[in-house]
Amino acid sequence: MYEVLSNDILAPNLHRLVVRAPRIAPARKPGQFVIIRLDKGEERIPLTIGDADPATGTITLFIQAIGASTRRIVDVPAGGFILDVAGPMGKPTHLDNWQRVACIGGGVGTAVLFPLVKALAATESRITTIIGGRSSQYVILADELKALSEQLLITTENGSLGRKGFVTAALTDLINEPTTKPDAVFAIGPVPMMRAIAELTRPHGIETIVSLNPIMIDGTGMCGGCRVVVDGESKFACVDGPEFDGHKVDFAGLSDRLTTYRDHESHAAAECRLTREVTNA
Amino acid sequence: MPELTMKDRLAIERTHMPELEATARSKSFDEVNRGLSLADAVQEAQRCIQCKTRPCVDGCPVGVSIPEFIDALAREDLPEAARILRGDNALPAVCGRVCPQESQCEAECVRGVKGEAVAIGYLERFVADWAMANTEKLAVAKQSVSTGKQVAVVGCGPAGLTAAGELARQGYGVTIFEALHDTGGVLRYGIPEFRLPKSIIDLEVNRLLDLGVRIECNVIIGKTLTLAQLRSQFDAVFIANGAGLPVMLNLPGENLKGVYSANEYLTRVNLMEAGRNPAAPTPIIQGRSVAVIGGGNTAMDCVRTARRLGARKAMIIYRRSEAEMPARLEEIRHAKEEGVEFVMLTAPLEIIGNDDGWVVALRCEKMELGQPDESGRRKPVAIPDSQYHLEVDVVVNAVGTRSNPLLTTTAPDLELNRWGNIVSNETGATNLGGVYAGGDIVRGGATVILAMGDGKRGATAIHGYLKQQQALSGKGR
Repeated sequence: MYEVLSNDILAPNLHRLVVRAPRIAPARKPGQFVIIRLDKGEERIPLTIGDADPATGTITLFIQAIGASTRRIVDVPAGGFILDVAGPMGKPTHLDNWQRVACIGGGVGTAVLFPLVKALAATESRITTIIGGRSSQYVILADELKALSEQLLITTENGSLGRKGFVTAALTDLINEPTTKPDAVFAIGPVPMMRAIAELTRPHGIETIVSLNPIMIDGTGMCGGCRVVVDGESKFACVDGPEFDGHKVDFAGLSDRLTTYRDHESHAAAECRLTREVTNA
Repeated sequence: MPELTMKDRLAIERTHMPELEATARSKSFDEVNRGLSLADAVQEAQRCIQCKTRPCVDGCPVGVSIPEFIDALAREDLPEAARILRGDNALPAVCGRVCPQESQCEAECVRGVKGEAVAIGYLERFVADWAMANTEKLAVAKQSVSTGKQVAVVGCGPAGLTAAGELARQGYGVTIFEALHDTGGVLRYGIPEFRLPKSIIDLEVNRLLDLGVRIECNVIIGKTLTLAQLRSQFDAVFIANGAGLPVMLNLPGENLKGVYSANEYLTRVNLMEAGRNPAAPTPIIQGRSVAVIGGGNTAMDCVRTARRLGARKAMIIYRRSEAEMPARLEEIRHAKEEGVEFVMLTAPLEIIGNDDGWVVALRCEKMELGQPDESGRRKPVAIPDSQYHLEVDVVVNAVGTRSNPLLTTTAPDLELNRWGNIVSNETGATNLGGVYAGGDIVRGGATVILAMGDGKRGATAIHGYLKQQQALSGKGR
């Protein structure tokens, strides 16, 4: 049993849970995730570890309530319990000596981006963080990310906060200006967003790392449910990833596999508008 | 009761296992084999001629005292039969159900030379089930004196459970670390309910807990804790994390929706209750026409599961002929009775999808058997111009598994072979002091009972090692 120490709401349907997990907290590195199961009979759900404090033995999880199972999880109050939390899983983020890095988060992807920016902030790299959301209320962790970055850019689709439009426009400006052109880009968010960013950086030869979110069951490499095609080869995101070279990922295949259980109620994913518009573009 | 003569014993015919009727059972996950009645079990036990050579014991990977427990059963001394059986086998109710007895203990039975072997597996199952239902009639096992030493077991499958049971009985403090949220390894996520009810695993695991074994689920060795950490915190380690990495088919279309590895398909249904319990949040694509590729027990488990999930057509696709299939004969028979179609001498070439990315067909090629290859099996050779399409909406890949590198990649000093399996000697010792290994992580995909044999052998070796360590440290002072 893993105690939920706090549960606060960052944006509509997006919760931050701090969970006591004394074995996972000291073992975890940025980029890794856990698989949680709320209770007996519930499904296993992968969640990025947003932060960890080995001293207190706690981890932070960001959870978007998009289906029946995730709604039940975000309903756990402080003092409540999650039956199973297994991890840390996946490969840690590979950090290099980049001069300039752009870190881009879309929607709940911003939460997944957070531990990465925190890890990069401890290196010599100069970080520009770009975060986007549908409207101001969907922009999360702005203060935390601002404190860790040299520059923070915000975009909203309706212009209610920061620049009006998508994160890709802000990145285009960075790339086009020689003094701000990044050596590496981390992009985390809906598949169409990551795909659009990979296509944007490809002609410039900018290393682009994406964090993939396929369907998972065990998270330990035993089933291959999370397989993705990278550079023409089948990879298991849970053990070979979840971070991959964005220029080599088969995003179309990933998007398609993510729709496998669309007709099952608990998997009725709430598509964000960015997803739809980029898909239709 | 008058003593039976040899002639009387030889005159008894082998009993049959009562089974659920095929049409009814192919719609439910209830256990197919129903177990023997006391009268049938006792009569079957009387078929054992108590031969002096006891070849059956040599055929059992954990060396169960087969003639002794059968003799006690024949005398209707069930507590004694249970005591003997449980003394030798940590999971008898499991083994009595899933062991391929026809190629192990029963293959060696002298009665099998002229006629049918004694149904050792049925009797083991009977005694184990009786013991679980009649705990009050059994003497409470004497707690061994604690040695004060601690042993870590990695993996809660058959090898780990067996090693843990043996070590606990010897007085060691045992902690099993399991990556999944539940116990049993392949017994839980792989073998379906209709062959091995989950309640049986729960009861067997509870017996280990009663012996003082601790089980910590959700701990992934190699991730949550490393082997190095275990070595510093425990006096010895037994690694039994299995070979759970699916071998891919490497066919075009393998990533279409509706294509599963056997591990994923079975895990969803067995561990997560997808399709089995209407309220289960974990989903599965059930499929009207399901093709399972492979010919082993895992393939049979998948195809029989597909029938139970409602597939109108559930097919086994196998490159060789039925005679070459590695699956147990009983599983093949059960599958056929349940309406499974056997598409033999057929190799899949491509999985074909529709515009929405869903499987719609399997492009296949017919094969014939050619000359025997290195393994002695006749090699399948493609028949020219024999390609055809088979309409399917779910494909399950059951061609095998290999070792999972999760633990080994974070234990660089541990010696591995070129398949990524841990190298260990005949006692289970690895190249690292105090670290032993057994089961599929050493053998590659094998059987439950071989894994249990390794668990038992590993526990014996660990006991020897720790006694030696104690003697050495005693001398040092």
